[in-house]
Amino acid sequence: MEILVCARRVPDTSENEIQLNSAGNDIERDDLVYSINEPDNYAVEEALQIVAKAGGNVTVATVGTDEDEEILRRELAMGANHGVLLSDDSFSGSDGKGIATVLKGFVQKGKYDLILTGVQAEDGGAQVGGMLAAMLDYPFASLVNSIEVADGAKLRVGREIEGGNREMNEIDLPCVLSIQTGINEPRYVGMRGIRQAASLEVPTYGAAELGVDRVSVGDAAAKVKRDDYFVPALGKGAEILQGDNAEIAEKLVELMKAKGGLQ
Amino acid sequence: MTARIFAYIAHKGGVVDDSAAELFAAAKKIDPAASPTAVVTGMGPELDAVCENLRGSYSEVWKVASESLAYPNAELVRKALVKVIPAGSLVLVAHNHFGIDLGPGLSVKLDAAFVSDVMGIDGVEGNSLKVVRQEFGGQVSTHVSCDISSGAVINVRPGAFKPVESAAANGTVVDKSAEVGALTAGRRYLETIVAEIGDVDITKESVLVSVGRGIQEQDNLAIAQDLAEALGAAVSCSRPVVDAKWLPKSRQVGSSGQTVKPKIYLACGISGSFQHLAGLKGNPFIIAINKNPKAPIFQVADVGIVADVLEFLPELTNKVREAKGAHASR
Repeated sequence: MEILVCARRVPDTSENEIQLNSAGNDIERDDLVYSINEPDNYAVEEALQIVAKAGGNVTVATVGTDEDEEILRRELAMGANHGVLLSDDSFSGSDGKGIATVLKGFVQKGKYDLILTGVQAEDGGAQVGGMLAAMLDYPFASLVNSIEVADGAKLRVGREIEGGNREMNEIDLPCVLSIQTGINEPRYVGMRGIRQAASLEVPTYGAAELGVDRVSVGDAAAKVKRDDYFVPALGKGAEILQGDNAEIAEKLVELMKAKGGLQ
Repeated sequence: MTARIFAYIAHKGGVVDDSAAELFAAAKKIDPAASPTAVVTGMGPELDAVCENLRGSYSEVWKVASESLAYPNAELVRKALVKVIPAGSLVLVAHNHFGIDLGPGLSVKLDAAFVSDVMGIDGVEGNSLKVVRQEFGGQVSTHVSCDISSGAVINVRPGAFKPVESAAANGTVVDKSAEVGALTAGRRYLETIVAEIGDVDITKESVLVSVGRGIQEQDNLAIAQDLAEALGAAVSCSRPVVDAKWLPKSRQVGSSGQTVKPKIYLACGISGSFQHLAGLKGNPFIIAINKNPKAPIFQVADVGIVADVLEFLPELTNKVREAKGAHASR
């Protein structure tokens, strides 16, 4: 099975507190630690597990700039066969639909049975996979938390729905699936693997190679634009208990007694 | 504002989803003069009951009945909507597991803009709809402009829009089924596997010690377990702890996990995403412990402690044991 995983490099929220910059038009990007978007990493692991059983290749693609190449190398170190950077000045400022348009151009250059994305990026809208599927007229399932290869032509996929329940579906190939975290346990990538992947070739494709019309992507084509970032005016908020840990713990015990939590 | 506003309303077992009133409220935020149209898909007497209910608040209800729409498969629903929704319309959809399946693809097929997970609407200026979204798990918000000149699909965060009072609509039900015809999809619904309850039923506990990413390692769960034992409580968790396989799915609080209604909820190293908070009902007394003073959980908690849970929880466990010991010896 030929599998394409669409991945993104994002600020890592487990490593950073996200704050506004002084101008208020963006988050403070100095000193941010970036990594692969977490659900995208689960998607790569899932792809690797599928090809380990069914054979085939895993290609990881990202739409971005030279800086984003590092996540492709990380996923190559994880075991992906190919990494591809989709980069062009005209892609800058794309909204979800612009990103999906670039990816569509790449999909149509090759032949993929299965396309995976992460369900959502930290600064995204859980949208690119569903848009890409509609543009390609492929079936789509979001929030996928299990995949079984049924036969050569279809998959059995589980979707995470409300209350911890799982909705089972049969889906024809080729298709697009957006992968939810927790579907597997992504393998560890050591420094040695990353060093080895540093010398691998990562080709870059621009608008011309992808057959993407430059006016259909980027800032000018974007219908959805972020005007600014802000931190909403705080509500009442929590009463913050002051003191050392022992003092706070004593206060908390009294509060819990009062609320009937300590009999 | 001349674009027509539609609200796609989900339902189950003949019962209208809560989003019906929320999407109506969101439509009024877009245009206070709007008279949004409800669109429903399904079949049989259940669908009729849903239409009857909705015409109490919506002045027009479009009904699409088809055997193939008996289960809400987003691909089939999309194909039905593309046949009936006029070009240039605004379509509101609840941003849940179904809306995430439907909205992005629908916007492509309607050649309309798409905005995801909208939690506030400031109004329309010319061709631009001004909305509010959150990023990075609610740590920051953004103002977003959406060009609606060729229509838009707007996915609306559940619970973000409070239902508004409206006069009884006594609306009309318009049967659009004939415009849709036979539908087929590349994805077929098979069955729903219901979640297992597990060893502890967190939905029945009155005190929960709930752990998140701040617990850092599986071995540290013992610290939370000790506190829970001292309190006579159970340990629950947020999504990252289940993703890491440190606790079973049955312990997860949130929209994709369990809905709990304890008296006291200790959120330990939990940032407080809206998906997590959606699983907390019954107005519990929320105690938040987090080392990040800007964590969104402090917005909703009653009491906050800015501390590392790994240092604070053992201290709290000691004090709880002392308090209980004093009580027992009396």
